[in-house]
Amino acid sequence: MISIGRYNLLVAKSSGNDGWWKYVAAFAAAVAVFYWAAIGSQISATELLKGMPWIADFLGRMLPPHWEFMQQLVKPAIETVQIALWGTLLAFILAVPVCFLAARNISPNLVVFHFMRQVLNIARGINEIILALIFVAAVGLGPFPGVLALGLHGAGMLGKFFAESIEDIDQGPIEALRSTGAGPIQIIIFGVLPQVVTSWIAVLLYRFETNLRQATVLGMVGAGGIGFELVGSMKLFQYQDTATCILVIVAMVMAADYISSKLRAWIQQGAR
Amino acid sequence: MIEIRNLTKRYGDFVALNDVSLTAKPGEFVVILGASGAGKSTLLRCINHLAEPSGGEIRVDGEVSRGDRAGLRKVRRDVAMIFQHYNVVPRLSVLKNVLTGRLGSMPAVLSWFQWFPREDIAAARECLRRVEMEHKADVRTDTLSGGQKQRVGIARALAQRPKVILADEPVASLDPKTSRKVLRYLQQASLESGITVICNLHQVDYAREFGQRVIGVAGGRIVFEGGPDELTEEVLQRIYPGGMEDTLPVAAAAVSPPAASAPVASLPVAGHRLDNLALEQT
Repeated sequence: MISIGRYNLLVAKSSGNDGWWKYVAAFAAAVAVFYWAAIGSQISATELLKGMPWIADFLGRMLPPHWEFMQQLVKPAIETVQIALWGTLLAFILAVPVCFLAARNISPNLVVFHFMRQVLNIARGINEIILALIFVAAVGLGPFPGVLALGLHGAGMLGKFFAESIEDIDQGPIEALRSTGAGPIQIIIFGVLPQVVTSWIAVLLYRFETNLRQATVLGMVGAGGIGFELVGSMKLFQYQDTATCILVIVAMVMAADYISSKLRAWIQQGAR
Repeated sequence: MIEIRNLTKRYGDFVALNDVSLTAKPGEFVVILGASGAGKSTLLRCINHLAEPSGGEIRVDGEVSRGDRAGLRKVRRDVAMIFQHYNVVPRLSVLKNVLTGRLGSMPAVLSWFQWFPREDIAAARECLRRVEMEHKADVRTDTLSGGQKQRVGIARALAQRPKVILADEPVASLDPKTSRKVLRYLQQASLESGITVICNLHQVDYAREFGQRVIGVAGGRIVFEGGPDELTEEVLQRIYPGGMEDTLPVAAAAVSPPAASAPVASLPVAGHRLDNLALEQT
């Protein structure tokens, strides 16, 4: 340690020569883990090289995209947006009552808090596609099971974000409202919501963007939207149609991305 | 108006308040003086049950205050609170912040939709006028300065039409000029409306200036009770055991008035200053 008078230079502990074998051991362990995972996932450069002509062949069959097919994609594309809209709204409606109970500083007690956190974890833990498969089995083919899947999974996501933003608020005003004799719902409306509303809107927009991306693939398991057309065209070996689908999906996702990021920036700016 | 008997508050093994008894009459301005950690805040927080007392009895307007639902509602309606960090809701308008003082006394369902009785809105405007903030009624509260926020805090307390106002270090984050102004509004409230004000302070000169009665707290006990003119050097030694920061170097304290050295003591580097002093002595 270098000292000048009473001042000591505080830097990270010098590793020196005494600790080098730890790094070697850690590196060796990392190599071993990835080798083990490579065997399990059958990673093979030669397979990829051998497959190259097939990929080229596949891409060749996709070109040029079948532009007339676009006309038939208008309705499914709109349906995809509709699924995403209602999936987001349903997620919001489900998440709001739960998020207050899942926020440590507002929740009435610890048992409720932990229980609600677990409920959100489960809803968030199951992938939309798996939920969609379940709901397709329950309510039949079409866009509605897609809405339900996005709603349930999104509720888990939104609930967690909302609860965390509630935990981040300034506790002072909450205490002040409590001291005026305000009840729990009054405290939420006058103390909590004004403090979280902008971050909630930003998260909600982001969720819509994600839902739109997810809604484009939900059709693969029969839950409506443009993904349904995508899978259909592949099953019929109409690869030029497939290419059109992919282009439309990319355009939709990019548009949603752009609009929601603009809106979020605008809201964040207004919040200052 | 307020009667506290043998109040005790324990946090685990730590005794924050030890057998505290005090009374305050209607319209009285009582200053509670003490170092940080002496138990001043805990005392105020126990009175309106933001902290639940471990023992003893508190009477507001002759009625025993209880910690159950109905008791809480009653005591919190009668007892308003003002905070060091103002604790106004940043993104609400000034007027809405003042109206939150009415929440405990109105039909809850109407308040969920932010519907307030017309006379409550008029009363809130009147409270704003009393702290000379009526021209800011529609401004968002986070655009205000510290002193203005605290005036909104006072207006909110007044809107409760309380019998008692508890002020927890209301001017600790304000400059001297603004501090006096804020304390004067509080004084006015007690004079004009007969509200009992119990005000925590750590500045001795404000206690002398505004307190009708001063209560000294140290180590969770009341160590002094008397008029502001009875705050002698000996009494201050009792309230600030181990010496006030500015009495440590005796010569320096004699030169600089306590008001000038108080801000120094509250700087985060105060600890370093002590270290240096210790070094110089060795």
